[in-house]
Amino acid sequence: MAERVLMKGNEALAEAALRAGCRHFFGYPITPQTEVAAYMAKKMPKIGGTYLQAESEIAAINMVYGAAAAGVRAMTSSSSPGISLKAEGISYMAGADLPCLICNIMRGGPGLGGIQPSQADYWQATKATGHGDFQILVFAPSTVQEMVNTVFKAFDLADKYRMPAMLLGDGMLGQMMEPVEFPDSDPSANIPAKDWALTGHHNARKHNVVNSLFLQPQALEDLVVERYKKYDYIKENEAMHEEYLCEDADIILVAYGASSRIAKSAVNAARAQGIKAGVIRPITLWPYPSKPIDAACSKAKAFLVVEMSMGQMVDDVRLIVNGRKPVHFYGRTGGIIPTPAEVLEQIKKIAGGDR
Amino acid sequence: MATQNIILAGFGGQGILFAGKVMAYCGLMEGKEVSWLPSYGPEMRGGTANCSVCLSDEPISSPLVLNPDVLIAMNGPSYDKFANVMAKDGKIFIDSTLVNGKKFPDGVAVFEVPATQLAQDQDLSGLANIILLGKVLKETQFASMEAVKKGIEKCVPPSKTHLIEANMRAIQLGMSL
Repeated sequence: MAERVLMKGNEALAEAALRAGCRHFFGYPITPQTEVAAYMAKKMPKIGGTYLQAESEIAAINMVYGAAAAGVRAMTSSSSPGISLKAEGISYMAGADLPCLICNIMRGGPGLGGIQPSQADYWQATKATGHGDFQILVFAPSTVQEMVNTVFKAFDLADKYRMPAMLLGDGMLGQMMEPVEFPDSDPSANIPAKDWALTGHHNARKHNVVNSLFLQPQALEDLVVERYKKYDYIKENEAMHEEYLCEDADIILVAYGASSRIAKSAVNAARAQGIKAGVIRPITLWPYPSKPIDAACSKAKAFLVVEMSMGQMVDDVRLIVNGRKPVHFYGRTGGIIPTPAEVLEQIKKIAGGDR
Repeated sequence: MATQNIILAGFGGQGILFAGKVMAYCGLMEGKEVSWLPSYGPEMRGGTANCSVCLSDEPISSPLVLNPDVLIAMNGPSYDKFANVMAKDGKIFIDSTLVNGKKFPDGVAVFEVPATQLAQDQDLSGLANIILLGKVLKETQFASMEAVKKGIEKCVPPSKTHLIEANMRAIQLGMSL
């Protein structure tokens, strides 16, 4: 391992992508993720890669489509409004079984919204990234170091399952500096052979076709059903989460990304006041880590979901808890980061009600 | 000192973000958990620039400092914005060349350093921020001198290594006040 250096989340994720073997970046600037593109613009030409500032987000995602179809590791990054523009292209890539990495450093919405941190794109990332029956892998790191680690993981799993992966961060993680170290790894070790790629072969083999258009309903249904078997396998095998002080917890907070850091701090404060609280932190948002939440239902008295939104992930927690225990919600939106004190207040309210 | 939450604030161009980065690197050199978060909103364009720095023995929850233990204020608007949200027993360091005529809040120690004037007088142009940092170091001991030296070496870009010596002189000047 190299020494720990201070880096902004945006720059660290860009560096991690380079080290994961990504040599093709297509993007369009938008606050608060512009440092990703700026870093790529500086580094890519020096290592023989391609950095291209497209004319729009839509163009950028379609360039990713083309590069991914040719079998290379390709990525784009943006922030909330820009991701909405990429939605069509992401759906096409899911429909064509193409791997890639898409970073969304979320800001307040809807519309142009604001530029401060937000988590209001959870539904978009996990349920409706674009039209049609499909899922993408969604990773939600909570530290700059974890942003680095998830970039490697996201590229690897995207290649393994031939599907788009998203790194869902927020303005706080993108802009903050934290110590980070990069693993000394050989990315080629994790890049599988892509015998489906469109690489040009002078008729030496059968043609490969990368396409998302299937006009025969039965052919399309068969393909989608087959793809959902893959999704089932991923749900069973790839969900990631962290548990913090959950062992004896009466109140389980569920939070991801930036808000999970606030939740942990609130839980520490609650424990100092004699309230047994813990945090389940999803690291993958799709597949969602439903098992630990399901298991917690037998011991915990209540759940509190904390998000920087009006309440989106809370729907998934309620589906898993399914009425067995009360599921409370606390959120701030529009670019406001909740304080540990605000969250502690909610924990105390719930603890009071339980006693 | 379990956790120190710091806000550095001033005009763009005063080296606010740089000084914050030096503090964060000092913490890192001491083996602490550290974070640095800049304001990146519209206030970056013309008004006040500020950044939050956390130095802690524990993992840092929110890098956004709302109630600072230490405030470095390099202009009037910055002082007005944060002086009344200080944590208990907080310490405020102001550049008194640029901030004056202020009412000081109760329960907070205020250190007035004419940093901009000193920088001009001592041939340390552009290093008022680091002079203030020297004073903060003296009053809070947020890091060892060795860590500060290493921190500055990490933050000064390779093309400007000749400025390391001036930065260290600015630290020493601040500490002598």
